[in-house]
Amino acid sequence: MKNAVFSFIGLLLLASLVLGIAGCSKPSSLTPVSSPTPAAPPKPANPALILATTTSTQDSGLLDVLVPIFQQKTGYVVKPIAVGTGQAMAMGERGEADVLLVHAPESEVKFMQAGHGVNRKLVMHNDFIIIGPSADPAGIKETTSAAAALKKIAAAKTLFISRGDNSGTNQLELKLWKTASIDVKGQTWYQESGQGMGATLGIAAEKRAYTITDRATYLALRKNLGLDILVEKDPILLNIYHVIQVNPQKSDKINAEGAKAFADFMVSPETQEIIRNFGIDKFGEPLFFPDAGKTEAELGSV
Amino acid sequence: MDLILQGIVQAFQLLVRGDPEMLRVAALSLAVSLGATAISLVLGVASGTAIGLTKFMGRRFLVSLINTGMGSPPVVVGLIVTILLWRNGPLGALGLLYTPFAMVIAQVIISLPIVTGFTIASIQQVDPKLRLQILSLGASRFQMLWLFLKETRLPLLAAVMAGFGAIISEVGASMMVGGNIPGQTRVLTTAIVMETSKGNFALAIALGVILMVLVFLVNMALTIIQQRSRAR
Repeated sequence: MKNAVFSFIGLLLLASLVLGIAGCSKPSSLTPVSSPTPAAPPKPANPALILATTTSTQDSGLLDVLVPIFQQKTGYVVKPIAVGTGQAMAMGERGEADVLLVHAPESEVKFMQAGHGVNRKLVMHNDFIIIGPSADPAGIKETTSAAAALKKIAAAKTLFISRGDNSGTNQLELKLWKTASIDVKGQTWYQESGQGMGATLGIAAEKRAYTITDRATYLALRKNLGLDILVEKDPILLNIYHVIQVNPQKSDKINAEGAKAFADFMVSPETQEIIRNFGIDKFGEPLFFPDAGKTEAELGSV
Repeated sequence: MDLILQGIVQAFQLLVRGDPEMLRVAALSLAVSLGATAISLVLGVASGTAIGLTKFMGRRFLVSLINTGMGSPPVVVGLIVTILLWRNGPLGALGLLYTPFAMVIAQVIISLPIVTGFTIASIQQVDPKLRLQILSLGASRFQMLWLFLKETRLPLLAAVMAGFGAIISEVGASMMVGGNIPGQTRVLTTAIVMETSKGNFALAIALGVILMVLVFLVNMALTIIQQRSRAR
């Protein structure tokens, strides 16, 4: 009996010990094991930097490549929070993030106009594609206009899966429906997944439905899907990523220097070169195209 | 189907190889959830015993609240803790958001009602005459409490297992308050969600297998303690 009580207490102690270790090991765990640590990086006054970004940059693996390099070069410790563009901008608006890497140009312009951000810079682009079952029941293959393709899907009443989560992809999709002047609200063939791109692609694959996706996520998941690219290369389908520094006047807690360092890093020639080559080894084609210094007009989207 | 097999094989490979990233993620999962369980155990057993042994106005209402708390959705707990810990929020000065400590806080909130509720239930199933008997034999209040807890140690260990099981497997709160940051707050469950959305289904299943192995080991240790004490 006494033994049992002792082991009980022992367990408690063990648990608190583990907690203690977790607490103590925190500083050392700030540098991921995987990242090389040759020369000691500089030590900024305020090293913690919150990057609010979209799930596509994380799910494609780009962040895993870029963040360790940035940390090594500058000494900042990035906390990348991968959420939908809607949530990322809401975090920026509240001053809960220092820098944003997002892809919803229209919302971004509003964000800038409202004074929430400074120094919005074009980083890279890839494009959105409309994908669906190879049987293509709505017959949209070879349609050059995305809006026309959506009109055909609506006319044929074939299942379409929307993100429905106010993400950059979702915002573009809703813009396309508007362009096609179709009201999707309450339509039985229009379903919202309310989830990220990867999960939404999985649902579309299961249901043999149409959906819109960014090319990077599609290429990364293609082998599991059995869905084909049906419409691409319409200029309206450009997926443009900007980096935005959150306006430091919003809160004295914003790491303005860190945000600027990250924005500068994203548009630096070395980083742009990494972006240019990212994914070629794995997918045979690049996932993103670097665009630093260009304007949106040069990309042909506006 | 082949993905599940692949996942199990991959889990073995990761374990045999002692993959450092996997070990770190698993260790953090265990540290956060065991820490939160320990805190919940201390707070939950104390408050559960107090509520179980006393009578006061609104007691039934309070117990109903605690029992409801057993089903509190982790993602809501995560959202509320996030808002409280935002750097411009009421507890922002602590700088805890996106650290393992924020995850411990959220997990304590999730597991505390479970441990408290189980404690109340197990204290109440002890024959109330025992209390009078103990006290009439000249025991102090503290001795009486100690005997009570010894009497209820079996259900209390079940409370620990239920509380631990609820939080080691939860993902909503850990994702929100931790942020799934590699090397800082990535735990097994948030890594599973991320690998799934990356399309690395076999790896996600492998991490799931490792999670289940961990939960099994912890529960086996607790069960051995529980059953050994029963045998005496």
